[in-house]
Amino acid sequence: MYEWDFSSVWEYRDLLLNGLGLTVMLAVAVVIAGMILGTINAIGSLSRHFAFRAISISMIELFRCTPLLVALIWFYYALPILIGVEISAMMAAFLSISLYGASFYSEIIRAGIQGIDPGQREAGEAIGLMPGQILHRVILPQALRKMIPPLMNQSIINLKNTSLVSVLAIPDLLYQGKLIAHENFRPLEVYTTVALLYFAILFPLTMLVRHLESKHGVKH
Amino acid sequence: MIRIDAIEKRFDDLVVLRNITLRIEKGEVVALIGPSGSGKSTLLRCLNLLVPPDNGRLEIGKNRMVFGESSAKLKPKDLAVFRQKTGMVFQHFNLFPHMTVLDNVMEGPKTALKMDKIKARELAIAQLEKVGLSDKADMYPSSLSGGQKQRVAIARAIAMEPDVMLFDEATSALDPELVGEVLSVMKELANEGMTMIVVTHEMAFAREVANRVVFMRDGVVVEDGPAKQVIDNPQDDRTKAFLSHFHAES
Repeated sequence: MYEWDFSSVWEYRDLLLNGLGLTVMLAVAVVIAGMILGTINAIGSLSRHFAFRAISISMIELFRCTPLLVALIWFYYALPILIGVEISAMMAAFLSISLYGASFYSEIIRAGIQGIDPGQREAGEAIGLMPGQILHRVILPQALRKMIPPLMNQSIINLKNTSLVSVLAIPDLLYQGKLIAHENFRPLEVYTTVALLYFAILFPLTMLVRHLESKHGVKH
Repeated sequence: MIRIDAIEKRFDDLVVLRNITLRIEKGEVVALIGPSGSGKSTLLRCLNLLVPPDNGRLEIGKNRMVFGESSAKLKPKDLAVFRQKTGMVFQHFNLFPHMTVLDNVMEGPKTALKMDKIKARELAIAQLEKVGLSDKADMYPSSLSGGQKQRVAIARAIAMEPDVMLFDEATSALDPELVGEVLSVMKELANEGMTMIVVTHEMAFAREVANRVVFMRDGVVVEDGPAKQVIDNPQDDRTKAFLSHFHAES
């Protein structure tokens, strides 16, 4: 029978906390950047102009149809050859996860806007609102409410995806765990702790999504 | 005064409206009837430019629009100004679900006309009183019955003080017991002298409330005359055939 011993993990708590801090910071950064880019791409993909649509949809599909790990490695090892400039592992991670997240965010945003009953736009037009006013006063308030749960879901996936950056030797939570396990020969305790830390951050978030879904699901 | 001059509309190869010309006097109540696919709803939607006509001219009150070669260049601002003076009531109400009843009615005056908030509020409350729903001002549309929703939609449209009210099958989506309350609000509006164009299947309402009935089929006006005369004693065979369905039912 295996004897669990978490005391050796406790000794390395500072390392784990550092890793956790980096994971959370990177996640926040890629969520914000991803949402901004995703919004731009969503607007582009709904544009009347073919060029905007083409650019946005190509961006979305490029990252939707390649595995994140491949994108991550490509940005770190391949892109520098192409542009002749060294990029840090952190920058490669930030760019690839942001762009990857952005393509999923933009599909959520596009679907949210398109999912609003066309009668709502017509009602706005009928009382003489301008297109911008209709978007701002009628479409977006309704679309956002519907988008929030899936956007949060995607953000949760984004945070989990940051664990891939350990392949580029970025000292995130998983990478620190790997280091500790090499030193104390307690992989079972270390990786269990790492998993529990991810869980501890994400479980409250998924509960919040559940709550929001039940709240807004019934209303309309 | 409304002038509809040689309005034409096609969707790809399908010609929906052919050379529609009508004059409607101020205060007149016109019922637009006809089988589905006759173009009556499209004509109504052309009148407030939800569907911009391909050709022809429109004049409603002080606003004029000419369509044709130049209609590709219709400016959003011009469309918005034109629509502010044409109230529209939809079959499916299309209330804004994220706004209270009062906010629904205030939205046009406040956002489109940039009216002062307090004034817009007073105006909106007055319109809600007119449709008998001032006690529902703070509720959300989802908690109203269909008939109440449609009355709020009417209040929202008249809050813009339009030159004409357009009703697009305003009672077709309602349970039968709720039709009456909406029709009586429409009747009151007519009695107050509002110019109204009503696309409807309610022949009794058309006969009683409208001054005039226009029968359309296949994108043309087939018959146009005083309401009682057209409904009780139609001249054209196509009008007779259409109305016989209703006489058979009732």
